[in-house]
Amino acid sequence: MKVVVDMNKCQDHGQCVFAAPDVFSMDDDGHLVHVSDPDDTLRDEVEEAADVCPLQAIRIEG
Amino acid sequence: MTGRVVVAGASMGGLRAAEQLRAAGWTGAITVVGDEPHMPYNRPPLSKEVLAGKAPFASLAFTPKAATADVEWRLGTRVVASRLAERTVALDDGSELPYDGLVVATGMRPRRLRCPGPLAGRHTVRTIADARELRDELTRPAARVVVVGAGFIGCEVAATAVGLGVREVTVVDPLPLPMVGPLGDLLGRALLRRHEQRGVRFALGTGVAGFEGEERVTGVVLSDGTVLPADVVVESVGSVANTEWLDGNGLDLTDGVLTDEQLRVGGRPEVVAVGDVARFPNARYDGVSRRVEHWSIPTDTAKHAARTLAAHLAGGRPDPAPFAPLPTFWSDQHDFRLQSFGAPVLGLDDVRVLDGDPAGDVLVGYHVDGRLVGVVALGGHGAAMGAARCRAQLLKQPALTA
Repeated sequence: MKVVVDMNKCQDHGQCVFAAPDVFSMDDDGHLVHVSDPDDTLRDEVEEAADVCPLQAIRIEG
Repeated sequence: MTGRVVVAGASMGGLRAAEQLRAAGWTGAITVVGDEPHMPYNRPPLSKEVLAGKAPFASLAFTPKAATADVEWRLGTRVVASRLAERTVALDDGSELPYDGLVVATGMRPRRLRCPGPLAGRHTVRTIADARELRDELTRPAARVVVVGAGFIGCEVAATAVGLGVREVTVVDPLPLPMVGPLGDLLGRALLRRHEQRGVRFALGTGVAGFEGEERVTGVVLSDGTVLPADVVVESVGSVANTEWLDGNGLDLTDGVLTDEQLRVGGRPEVVAVGDVARFPNARYDGVSRRVEHWSIPTDTAKHAARTLAAHLAGGRPDPAPFAPLPTFWSDQHDFRLQSFGAPVLGLDDVRVLDGDPAGDVLVGYHVDGRLVGVVALGGHGAAMGAARCRAQLLKQPALTA
């Protein structure tokens, strides 16, 4: 599974961090960082993160 | 599995319902009926990026999930009637659709002002078509804009208009402060100051009596007789539930469609409701059924309702755990953001500053019997982080009792 975040869309709402804290986090400046190739066992929570992104900026490939 | 689920409404709630039915194991047919000609799209940018001309329509469409590839979309078509006892709905093209399961996802439409005056030049912001028309008007040279309604959408539109360089933007509301109903006085005052500092004018504590103009609106007449010159009027005065198609089935449709704590409608296990048309009890709070017009609600309700419906259609019983979402909303206006978790509106009688200062970044807590029931952050990253920490506390709270 590959996680792609469109950083042109992302507005650092952080909803994905609540849904999938092992994959998404905020850095000290409040900007989103993420793991781009998380373990497949995290698929459900990554899908949840993609669904709750207000900007719909998260895409899952593979 | 055989049979068909009809999803009435093809906005975000309808899309999420179809996706979540597949995720919950429903392999039968799914037909989604929606009156707009578009596939479901994301609405928050309509009052902001779309109005500002920064987001093309293609960027709003939801990315389709593979599991919903065989969903039938009947777009540009409206459900106009229903006979729940016979399990059929009627469409505006005269056809009837029988169903085994029905999802009510018809959402809301903007309430309109019913007072004298021309209609031309008056706008609402609910659909992509609305936003496009309004954008064309806001970009006319020297347009004077009056926004009726100082709620979230009205204030977002006013902020966007100022950002576009509109010379005069005035927000009218019968209440004394913007967004005071959901947020209370403390943040209402802080928001009023911020909007005024950025060039938005306000006419508060006054209603609208009518509109001036022959063919097209030229002014807004306030209840005290004052006339505000206006080339463009935006009406953001609340919304009305699209439930007329459910009339005649003995349902409680007083404000949206009443559901039980599993999101079932009218005691029927084969009918569920999702999105902001659903008036549901939230087991996290006081047992009172409410509609919630937050962006997160279509997704939250669809997940729970789809499990309820899929379990019934598979011949089983739904998970008895009642629906208990943690409401969350945000609003971007000018250069600041509001971020909310929980139910601030339940705690308006006990509002406290938890961190910061209303003049700058601030975190505000809303309480019932001394217990935190909602938080709202206004400002930048620090306030948002504070709200995120409170979110964990809100999730752990025991339920409020009635």
